[in-house]
Amino acid sequence: MTTPGASGAVAVSDAVFVRRTPAPDLAPPFASTGWIGWVRANLFATPFNAVLTVFTVLLLAWIVPPTVRFLVIDAVWTGTDREACLASAQHPHLGACWAFVTEYRSYFTYGSYPIDQRWRVDVFFALLAFGIAWVLWIDAPRRGLGALYFFAVLPVVSFFLLYGLPPLGLEIVDTARWGGALVTVVVASVGIAVSLPLGILLALGRRSSMPAVKFLSVIFIEFVRGVPLITVLFMASVMLPLFLPPAWSPDKLIRALVGVALFSSAYMAEVVRGGLQAIPKGQWEAAAALGLGYWQALRFIVLPQALRISIPNIVNSYVALFKDTTLVFFVGIFDFLKTIEVARVDPVWATPVTSTTGYAFAAVVYFICCYSMSRYASGIERRLAVSERR
Amino acid sequence: MMTPGAASGPPKAPLLRDPRFRSLVTQVALCVLLAAVVWLLVEAARANLARTNVASGFGFWNVTAGFDISQTLIDYSSSSSTYGRAFWVGLLNTLLVAAIGIVLATIVGFTIGIAQLSTNWLVARLAVGYVQLVRNVPLLLQLLFWYNAVLKALPDFRDSVRLPGGGYLNNRGLFLPGLDLGGAGPFVFCALLAGIAVVAALVMLARRGRIGALTATALSVLAVLGLPLAAFLVAGGTASLVYPQMSRFNLYGGIEVLPEFVALVAGLVVYTGAFIAETVRAGLLAVPRGQTEAALALGLSRGVVLWRVVIPQAMRVITPPLTNQYLNLTKNSSLAVAIGYPDLVQIFTGTVLNQTGQAVEIVAITMAVYLAISLTTAVLMNVYNARVALTER
Repeated sequence: MTTPGASGAVAVSDAVFVRRTPAPDLAPPFASTGWIGWVRANLFATPFNAVLTVFTVLLLAWIVPPTVRFLVIDAVWTGTDREACLASAQHPHLGACWAFVTEYRSYFTYGSYPIDQRWRVDVFFALLAFGIAWVLWIDAPRRGLGALYFFAVLPVVSFFLLYGLPPLGLEIVDTARWGGALVTVVVASVGIAVSLPLGILLALGRRSSMPAVKFLSVIFIEFVRGVPLITVLFMASVMLPLFLPPAWSPDKLIRALVGVALFSSAYMAEVVRGGLQAIPKGQWEAAAALGLGYWQALRFIVLPQALRISIPNIVNSYVALFKDTTLVFFVGIFDFLKTIEVARVDPVWATPVTSTTGYAFAAVVYFICCYSMSRYASGIERRLAVSERR
Repeated sequence: MMTPGAASGPPKAPLLRDPRFRSLVTQVALCVLLAAVVWLLVEAARANLARTNVASGFGFWNVTAGFDISQTLIDYSSSSSTYGRAFWVGLLNTLLVAAIGIVLATIVGFTIGIAQLSTNWLVARLAVGYVQLVRNVPLLLQLLFWYNAVLKALPDFRDSVRLPGGGYLNNRGLFLPGLDLGGAGPFVFCALLAGIAVVAALVMLARRGRIGALTATALSVLAVLGLPLAAFLVAGGTASLVYPQMSRFNLYGGIEVLPEFVALVAGLVVYTGAFIAETVRAGLLAVPRGQTEAALALGLSRGVVLWRVVIPQAMRVITPPLTNQYLNLTKNSSLAVAIGYPDLVQIFTGTVLNQTGQAVEIVAITMAVYLAISLTTAVLMNVYNARVALTER
């Protein structure tokens, strides 16, 4: 460039060309803009990166097309028995046998619930969906009422709706006949509804200044967290009947519910404790200075803040709980996964692809439920981050 | 409300509003209530046990078991071994799955975790997709899938899948070449254990600054490789690789790995690997960007920056949740019962419980084992944490 020297002593002769206007913009380098630039920057930035990209593409080419072919292109969508899903002249490649899932869909949903009573299960699903929407929608009106509905009204109504209430004309349906998605949803909902209040109590107990309360809470939490859920379920299923008088002996489903609820409340307690620890001591002191007692300070000052920041972790532990409901399988309860296990060995539908189809279907269902829950949790997390930033 | 104290000192609250008194009453009431509940439960249990004629106590421990176990790391026979022996077989099987699973899951987890943050768009997307898919499907479903849909669907042994290096994979399991040391095997194994102990001692010495890091590394390599080699030579063994051979009815020779074991390890590694990947990602993101930028400014290559600057600092954040994942893997190995791998729960809480009917003792022992593993790890973790924690002014 021809900027004059700082001294200013150098005279600019007329012979020197000085540009008075900016030069026209050159087009950006062809290789660093547009999709080519993006590919170069994100896929082929270095030789190592290029090798990685090639390997990844090969891996995807190895996995994705056969999967799509199996699940969609070669899949059999309609049929009445195994013949439809076996390889034949007009259907040479084996694909997923969705006809099997269609055939069994009501078993997967209701288990052996009496067919003429299944509307009760549908009503239960509707009531539950309404409650979930009310509780999860952060800006919903009357959320306090929603929580009351979800944690107090819904459990009672659902119990009578599903189990039966003869005076109202709802005949008793024994829990041994419940099954499929119904049981999975019941176990998960009971776990969710019980573990939060119990978890809060345990977390408060763990942070209590009373040594006996603190000791008992710590023992319970650490004991449950130290053992696998399956042993807790075994304990609930073989030891509960042993420790109760024969007249009180609870049925299988209740025993499993007790196991799941105790197990998840120990984990919930740790989540809530994290939230409680994040609340500065000043909040307690300010509440005390205003004349609020322990429970009032907790109810109006500390818990709302602690629970608010714990929402993402609470939902994440609900995801874990939802996945853990599959373990009731081991104590002879026909949850969604167990109904698939039963159906896939049905000789009417026995083909080489029946198992894979059943598992693929189960995986899709669990994935949709769990993934939407975790998306919700991370959405809340982002929202909280905004309010924290101010 | 409060009556001013007649004597000197702060005004005294009425007894019922005295926090210390109230807390004492609460605690005593809680303990009494708990003791009453426990007493009632024990009484009911005693009555129930007397009624159903189930023996109690640990006498069953020395009773002959009489059932077969498909994988035994120690000598066991259905005709002469006891329930106690079966317990140890199960515990060792659980520990074996946990140990192999932990090593593999760590490798998978770190690879995927680092890949999630890769500058390569495709690699990062694929890694994120893997983590989301695996984390949101129940482990039990994944195990059933691996066992029933993958391993049981493998070809018959005659059409085994040949693996590089002379191994075979078929619906009867995984067949790997084994190392036959003749009679020297046990000596070599003991020497290897001794070598590991020497390494631990060397690490200790190096930490205290008694010996240099280079010396410690050299001596460690010598101990781990040299001691077993010396034992092998002294015992006069002959070493040969034994490849699995195809016969008319089966494959024989080499190491035979049960299909249940393969499925369990595959499921646990894929599942826990995804969780470890998330832990690793969070740990790497917790290292301030300035560290990477400063290291790059010094002219270090990206690989060196990752291994020498970022990961060592990230380990401080990663280790506690990583240990939790290891514990989870160990506890989750109890799902083996779904696919019939003979782990502690399958053998002890399954078969032994069914045969003896002594639920209380057996469930209690099983829980105590897992609890002991968890608590030991937690204690070791606290020691480690205290060591690596940043010392702040």
